[in-house]
Amino acid sequence: MPLLWLLLIVFAIAAFGYVLGRRRALVSANRDARHLHSLPSYYGWNVALKTIIPAVMLLLVWLLVQPIVVYNTISSSLPSDLVDSASSQGLLMSEISRVSDGLSTAVSKGVLSEELAASSSLDAETATAQLKEAGAVVTNDITAPVLSAAQDYRSATLSGRWIMALVVIIVAFAGAIFGLSQSNKDFRARNVVETVIRYLLIGAASIAILTTIGIVFSLVFNTIEFFRLYPASHFFFGLEWAPSFSGRGGSSELGVLPLLWGTLYISIVALIVAVPIGLFAAIYLSEYAGPKVRGFAKPLLEILAGIPTIVYGLFALLTVGPLLVSVFGDGGVLGVNWQGGGRAVMTAGIVMGIMLIPFVSSLSDDIINAVPQAMRDGSYGLGATKSETIKQVIIPAALPGIVGAILLAASRAIGETMIVVLGAGAAARLSLNPFEAMTTVTAKIVSQLTGDSDFASPEALVAFALGMSLFVITLGLNVFALYIVRKYREQYD
Amino acid sequence: MLDDTNLAETTVANDDIKIAARDVSVYYGDNQAIKGVDVDIADRTVTAFIGPSGCGKSTFLRCFNRMNDTIDICRVTGDIRLDGEDINAKSVDPVQLRAKVGMVFQKPNPFPKSIYDNVAYGPRIHGLAKSKADLDDIVEKSLRRGAIWDEVKDRLHAPGTGLSGGQQQRLCIARAVATEPEVLLMDEPCSALDPIATAQVEELIDELRQTYSVVIVTHSMQQAARVSQKTAFFHLGNLVEFGETTQIFTNPKDKLTESYITGRIG
Repeated sequence: MPLLWLLLIVFAIAAFGYVLGRRRALVSANRDARHLHSLPSYYGWNVALKTIIPAVMLLLVWLLVQPIVVYNTISSSLPSDLVDSASSQGLLMSEISRVSDGLSTAVSKGVLSEELAASSSLDAETATAQLKEAGAVVTNDITAPVLSAAQDYRSATLSGRWIMALVVIIVAFAGAIFGLSQSNKDFRARNVVETVIRYLLIGAASIAILTTIGIVFSLVFNTIEFFRLYPASHFFFGLEWAPSFSGRGGSSELGVLPLLWGTLYISIVALIVAVPIGLFAAIYLSEYAGPKVRGFAKPLLEILAGIPTIVYGLFALLTVGPLLVSVFGDGGVLGVNWQGGGRAVMTAGIVMGIMLIPFVSSLSDDIINAVPQAMRDGSYGLGATKSETIKQVIIPAALPGIVGAILLAASRAIGETMIVVLGAGAAARLSLNPFEAMTTVTAKIVSQLTGDSDFASPEALVAFALGMSLFVITLGLNVFALYIVRKYREQYD
Repeated sequence: MLDDTNLAETTVANDDIKIAARDVSVYYGDNQAIKGVDVDIADRTVTAFIGPSGCGKSTFLRCFNRMNDTIDICRVTGDIRLDGEDINAKSVDPVQLRAKVGMVFQKPNPFPKSIYDNVAYGPRIHGLAKSKADLDDIVEKSLRRGAIWDEVKDRLHAPGTGLSGGQQQRLCIARAVATEPEVLLMDEPCSALDPIATAQVEELIDELRQTYSVVIVTHSMQQAARVSQKTAFFHLGNLVEFGETTQIFTNPKDKLTESYITGRIG
């Protein structure tokens, strides 16, 4: 039975239970809802939830456990000579499960009858031919022991499924009956439903946290693997980034410092562009602009935030880069020859700064607006001008929040990839010249993992170490930003 | 300490007119909040504005230092003269005016700066101090006038927001005094304070009368009776009655005033 059907049946039982539970509660109160402890619908939900939750949980557990059980049963019953002839038990088992899937595909396509697929009269050659005809992935010819094991595998899986469907439906019914038996006027159905809602909310919150932990772990194991292959001291203190893809490791220099320097340099340029402009824009919008100007300028500024970063990258590549070259390059307006090509720290930094302007301005605007009007009144009442008020009262009062906004912008700048790839080039370099091409950690992660990458080589695994370093840096920045915001927040009131 | 049952001295110390308001109306958009009010504020006198909530007394008070300018939809008409000079004239800079007409607000609003910087704020902006020592003097003098010097002299560099509500309000008064205004406007300065802090602030107001013209908006009729020499009663944007405080509280001419001070309307 397909899973969808099973779920639909459970939900149908729940819907039926809802109606019955609601009615039963009403009957117990002589059809007068005022005598009920909770609103009638809560009794319905109580039954429905008691039907669905145990059944669906059982279903999930079963789906997780059954393959493991079947795998272990089949693999322990395999004749030992068969295991020896294949290179490993794991490979043999994956072959078996592939054949088993193939048999199911063949049956569903009508190439093979159900009886034949399960019967021992099916011989290996016909099976190979028919599976190939059905389009199943079969690499080589199926041998008779593998076929019979696959048939066992398939029948165990299929019967497991049927038992599961049966048990799930029984559990759903049991839950519904239990819920119905509770439905009388004194039962606190509302509290039960609200408890379930609370767990639902807890679940949602834990998914976000668990995902974060999962991401960290996926990085951690690969990072550890990398440091097993490549000395950590060379990674953290190496001044050169020169991965070699031709040889198998060894000759590669994978020092993170040039990349970190590029990341920081480009981020600093970006912040030098974004912070003053964003802050001044925020001050103008929140303090000086009339409602009409604010009404169209703010959404307009926020459109900048909606532009995909790849578009900013194109802007850097096609517009800002050549423009900078025509100013700072050979034969440029200034008559200097500082910039060789369009791709440079400046190009990426400026464009990234533009990208961050709405980020800084929108956050700062909110923070400036949150400064109580009483502060402004107090300052105006003392004969301060608008500008004095902003400089001496509003900005100091909003400073912790603004610093937080800047640090959040910084962690975005550090994580930015596309603008760097297109605007700053791919050359890892330790240099102070902002008109030279450099690259960042994120851009290198992309280039290490694109194309044919062998996940066992340090050249590919270094991407995880880079990602981990970046994660630690941005996490540190975010924690620091939160700390600053929290520490000074109490000064507002 | 001033006694609740005793009315303040009836003699108005000074008959010089500090602020003369004639036919003042204030509009919030299409809504008229003040309807053609005439009031004379005498020098070195405490004038109290009383009246039920929403009667426009705060709005009217804010006309005297043009604080209503900071509200976009607010429009003021009529003639207000400070020492004979029209404060709404184009030649008058509202910023300069506010230095002369100080204001204390309903809720204590110290800046998130140190106590010292809070008081030094006005003098610094207006360049009143010639040197650091001079500024120190001004700060000390103002804090003394605000009757808070003894409580804060050892922690001048602690944040002003860390003080208690009553101390914060006296700090705000000291801050307003530091710019050496000629008139001090107080918009319900005690509404956020407990009785003890209120008594301290009231005592302070009585002292400030020696030097300044004080205008105070209050919801508490006892407070008006305790601290003011003149009282104006507002109702629905109209000035109902204006006169000596004793006369208003003992022998009101208007029925409406009488009903308000006896607690029948409000």
